[in-house]
Amino acid sequence: MSDVNRAIDAVWRIESARLIAGLARITGDIGIAEDLAQDALVAALERWPQTGVPDNPGSWLMATAKHRAIDLHRRSKRIERKHEQIGRDLDAQQEMTVSDLDAALDDDIGDDLLRLMFTACHPVLSTEARVALTLRMLGGLTTDEIARAFVVPEATVAQRIVRAKRTLSEARVPFEVPRGADRDERLSSVLGVIYLVFNEGYSATAGDDWTRPALCEDALRLGRILAGLAPNEPEVHGLVALMEIQASRLRARTGPSGEPILLLDQDRGRWDRLLIGRGLAALARAEELGGASGPYALQAAIVACHARARKAEETDWERIVALYDALAELTPSPIVELNRAVAVSMAYGPALALELVDELRSEAVLKNYHLLPSVRGDLLMKLGRLREAKQEFDQAASLTRNARERELLLSRSRKAADGATNEA
Amino acid sequence: MRFMTIYKPGHESTTPPTQEHMAAMGKLIEDMARSGKLIATDGLQHSSKGARVSLNSDGSFKVTDGPFTEAKEIIGGFAIIDAKSKDEAIELTKTFLRVAGGGESEIRLMHDQPAFDSKSAARSANAGQPQPESAAR
Repeated sequence: MSDVNRAIDAVWRIESARLIAGLARITGDIGIAEDLAQDALVAALERWPQTGVPDNPGSWLMATAKHRAIDLHRRSKRIERKHEQIGRDLDAQQEMTVSDLDAALDDDIGDDLLRLMFTACHPVLSTEARVALTLRMLGGLTTDEIARAFVVPEATVAQRIVRAKRTLSEARVPFEVPRGADRDERLSSVLGVIYLVFNEGYSATAGDDWTRPALCEDALRLGRILAGLAPNEPEVHGLVALMEIQASRLRARTGPSGEPILLLDQDRGRWDRLLIGRGLAALARAEELGGASGPYALQAAIVACHARARKAEETDWERIVALYDALAELTPSPIVELNRAVAVSMAYGPALALELVDELRSEAVLKNYHLLPSVRGDLLMKLGRLREAKQEFDQAASLTRNARERELLLSRSRKAADGATNEA
Repeated sequence: MRFMTIYKPGHESTTPPTQEHMAAMGKLIEDMARSGKLIATDGLQHSSKGARVSLNSDGSFKVTDGPFTEAKEIIGGFAIIDAKSKDEAIELTKTFLRVAGGGESEIRLMHDQPAFDSKSAARSANAGQPQPESAAR
């Protein structure tokens, strides 16, 4: 790639979300908005190698895209009144100068980005489609990058995006920030999509790598953008806090050859104090806004307990148990119960925790969840029941689809087996 | 990828920046923070308030109080930014320099964990519900 092409690529990553958001407000359709933005990119690829990158590349792209939008509108008006929605705001804007456009862009862009987030995460779409659209339109990722991040074929992601855009258009989903009771539900969908992206980066469900830090960074950026756009929503800050603090451990979570290192074995000196500081500040913000008991703020408070402990032994496990109690009440789920059991084992001993875990064995959701036998194996190990522990680790290893995690579980299985042999 | 950009204005001014300049810089920093890409930033005070400390080969220290005289080397401020590529960091830095009105920024990649290349295997998407991290992981 030439220098100019690399610069264009970088400008695109920086500006594309704002472009698409601004154009979607004008056209009312994010599919058309993306096409127009892409047209502007193609124009830049034709022009800039000759003229050089303009001083303000973002407004160049926006002005170009808007002119195309106006052309498209005129043409469609002439031919058939088909793309009527495009015209909604255009008539009034036709006389605008470029500097007017810039001003309009600066004024409204925040709201437009927020609308784009809500639209891309609309409940009419499948979870996979929401994730793909959000990463593509707000994260500036290419289809190929999304495919690699989620270990699926590129054609699948491309299909998902095309279908999602069609679905939004057919369902006539308005390009707006929802209000009233609807807003909370829609916001939780946006938060869920961002956290899903983060989690896939933090502990990849499949593939050869234990973590994919780039995906965590994408999610963190999206979360920070959302925090800027909706600064009074405590759960947004709760999610940002949760992600910043978890991300602070990324460096310490993987050993030199890519193997996973568990929380209590991590070198806490390698935790990123800058991100911890940002995370604790975001948690404080969520609490100031009265959101201490929101599900993300509670999870953030739990990871904050780890972040505050300079040594593993200093962890306030009793507080963690209490926070899991609150979380379990708010969002009852066997996965929360499993995590709670781990905290109970640290605070009150493995025997009590094993009772809790055994109660979860009948849960259908956990049937193929590798962390159930993994946690159970850990507790049995602590209780000296090594043969049973080995079986659990083997079971867990057979269930995980992550290669690195499988190696870790098999090595724990071997340890349990060695211990059992020595005893006999 | 995380980059540190180190800004060298090329001279050390003794007069405070104008209101307009402060406002423009404030807006830039706010925009950058809202884009999710600015992790930390700060400007540095006059070098007369600083010092240089060096360790000599014989184990003794040498402490030199500011101001420092090599104007070109004076650091005026820094930022830690999260960008997808060096090219993106360069473009963001251009935006900063435009507002700063001159000088030079050095862009350095920080020692983050490298992003791994992933290959292999299909996956089905996880449910969208929050998954608290197991304390065992």
